[in-house]
Amino acid sequence: MAGIPHDHYEPKTGGEKWLHSRLPIVGLLYDTIMIPTPKNLNWMWIWGIILTFCLVLQIVTGIILAMHYTPHVDYAFASIEHIMRNVNGGHFLRYLHMNGASLFFVAVYMHIFRGLYYGSYKAPREITWIIGMLIYLAMMGTAFMGYVLPWGQMSFWGATVITGLFGAIPFIGEPIQTWLLGGPAVDNATLNRFFSLHYLLPFVIAALVAVHIWAFHSTGNNNPTGVEVRRTSKTEAEKDTVPFWPYFVIKDLFALAVILAVFFAIVGFMPNYLGHPDNYIEANPLVTPAHIVPEWYFLPFYAILRAFTSDVWVVMFASWITGGIIDAKFFGVLAMFGAIAVMALAPWLDTSSVRSGRYRPMFKWWFALLVLDFIVLMWAGAMPAEPPYSTISLIGSTYWFAYFLVILPLLGVMEKPLPQPETIEDDFEAHYGKAETPAE
Amino acid sequence: MFKALGIATVTALALSVGGAFAAGGGGHVEDVDFSFEGPFGKFDQNQLQRGLKVYTMVCASCHGLQYVPIRTLADEGGPHLPEDQVRAYAENYEVFDKELDDFRPAKPVDHFPGSTLENAPDLSLMAKKRAGFHGPYGSGINQMLKGMGGPEYIYTLLTSYHEAPECAPEDFPGDYNAAFTAGGYPDSCKNEDGTHMVPGSWIAMAQPLYGEDVDYDDGHDNDLQHVAEDVSAFLMWTAEPKLMARKYAGLTGVIFLTILSVLLYLTNKRIWGPIKGKNKKTS
Repeated sequence: MAGIPHDHYEPKTGGEKWLHSRLPIVGLLYDTIMIPTPKNLNWMWIWGIILTFCLVLQIVTGIILAMHYTPHVDYAFASIEHIMRNVNGGHFLRYLHMNGASLFFVAVYMHIFRGLYYGSYKAPREITWIIGMLIYLAMMGTAFMGYVLPWGQMSFWGATVITGLFGAIPFIGEPIQTWLLGGPAVDNATLNRFFSLHYLLPFVIAALVAVHIWAFHSTGNNNPTGVEVRRTSKTEAEKDTVPFWPYFVIKDLFALAVILAVFFAIVGFMPNYLGHPDNYIEANPLVTPAHIVPEWYFLPFYAILRAFTSDVWVVMFASWITGGIIDAKFFGVLAMFGAIAVMALAPWLDTSSVRSGRYRPMFKWWFALLVLDFIVLMWAGAMPAEPPYSTISLIGSTYWFAYFLVILPLLGVMEKPLPQPETIEDDFEAHYGKAETPAE
Repeated sequence: MFKALGIATVTALALSVGGAFAAGGGGHVEDVDFSFEGPFGKFDQNQLQRGLKVYTMVCASCHGLQYVPIRTLADEGGPHLPEDQVRAYAENYEVFDKELDDFRPAKPVDHFPGSTLENAPDLSLMAKKRAGFHGPYGSGINQMLKGMGGPEYIYTLLTSYHEAPECAPEDFPGDYNAAFTAGGYPDSCKNEDGTHMVPGSWIAMAQPLYGEDVDYDDGHDNDLQHVAEDVSAFLMWTAEPKLMARKYAGLTGVIFLTILSVLLYLTNKRIWGPIKGKNKKTS
């Protein structure tokens, strides 16, 4: 199915031919696993496998946890303690699942920023990028609802704050919020539907992942040079690529083993480090925690949400021009979702004809600043919403939007790119020397 | 470029996590070298048994351990009491039996009773719900490097009762505790700019431990520091009863994955050798 010419599966025995003429499933798997892959992929191309592993890990541990969990406001917290104390291996499964979410987001952020640096979002890979953004949104929804299930203080108050965002939408906000919660406030109905959806969404993600993989198998992988694989003939293509199996499977498995060693150290030795201690207090609608803080992976967008207070001039302007329909709260919600929307629109906002950041001398610095900005926003999101943190959040949010809406479109026009290698083979041989035999 | 960014991300992650905890606030916490810290840490069985005694004779008069089944006192990764002792211990408590519609002496399968005093929090998870907000500057680094967390907080709280400072009115409710920051604070102890003259605040719980509160069967020191340490360790066990099993599983995982990484590294190097023309270069 790949656009790069390569050998396809040929059924040999009678049985294989019989199956192949009825359901070419072996051929599909063969083509998927043997896809010609640019041989110059670097270590930033491992995150896809890590992400696939995370999805499987979360689904497997999650299904087992669901066997012992009770989605009821009176029993949810106690059933988690039951898992931690009485279920065989339950404590470890739960910590794997809890920290698995963090590993998932570490990997997805690395994967996204890799795409942003090497221009993986550019034509012809826009669909892959858009599907990826949908996966990311579904991941955020799943993680958010999963965090509510233990029914601790942060679960409850996090759910209250985040669903309250929908209440900020003018006119239709409150009915939507009530509809989402299944009642006027976060309660048993909310917990039940969140549990149901938390179980459902991972399978939606799995389906989206299949489409994501299908999409980039059709276009072929991007690579650090951004130069396309030569496709005029199979011999030409083979100079630029190696089959995914075994070359990249083994490389990715090596990376996975190293990352999992670190992951197991965290799960085994400090499983609660990334969590909030307040979530070991059972949810209490009558006691609001001093500071409601989301999980670390939401912090950059949480900072953007809180950055636009009513004394910021764009907010005042938006409020004035819409006759007060857009207030600070709604503006913040729009900004938070807008921050992801502008990222999804990157393929059309980036005007540069050069794909990889490696050959874009000015872009490099703006990109580094974007990564720094993301980190600063993450930090600011964890701080209380007061000066100087609110000012820092506002500057950070402004840069986030400026990068996508102003810098990317302008750079393509203003920047003078560096010379790119003619082919992937040239780039590869510049690093490693000529291959002793042509790749098979 | 990605290497530097990776390091920066990890640093930011550590800092923002710490930040999340900094938001919880907190005073100075003493670092205690508990036996269960670090990857190889183990509970000290004798210490847990001593802590159980302190809990039973002091804490249990107001607080409860509603999530802890009494039978787990016999667990190997815990106090590891003999079964008959656990049965005898259970009988100290009365539990309500729905089928009998009456109270009866507890059995090992029952849980510890909950708190008897309404505003005394349950202690089952205390060592985890107070973990993690430690410095420096709320970065949480002490938690990572020194293993500081809930047990240290409990220890510090129990040993930080002092005579009320002179600035406070005599009838101010609660007792002064230099480590507890979530309680009431008299205005007369605030400076003009609102900062506090003395650390901590006023806590509803009267000083529970003074030292020599219990006599240990094993003849261990029973001064305040030791009693507080023992009960803090015991409460870590009630919060995280599978701690030893978890560390063992984690360590096994790390060792196996490290070996697997080495094997995969060598495999990877070997299959990529011809592609990268390694042999050609030397010839």
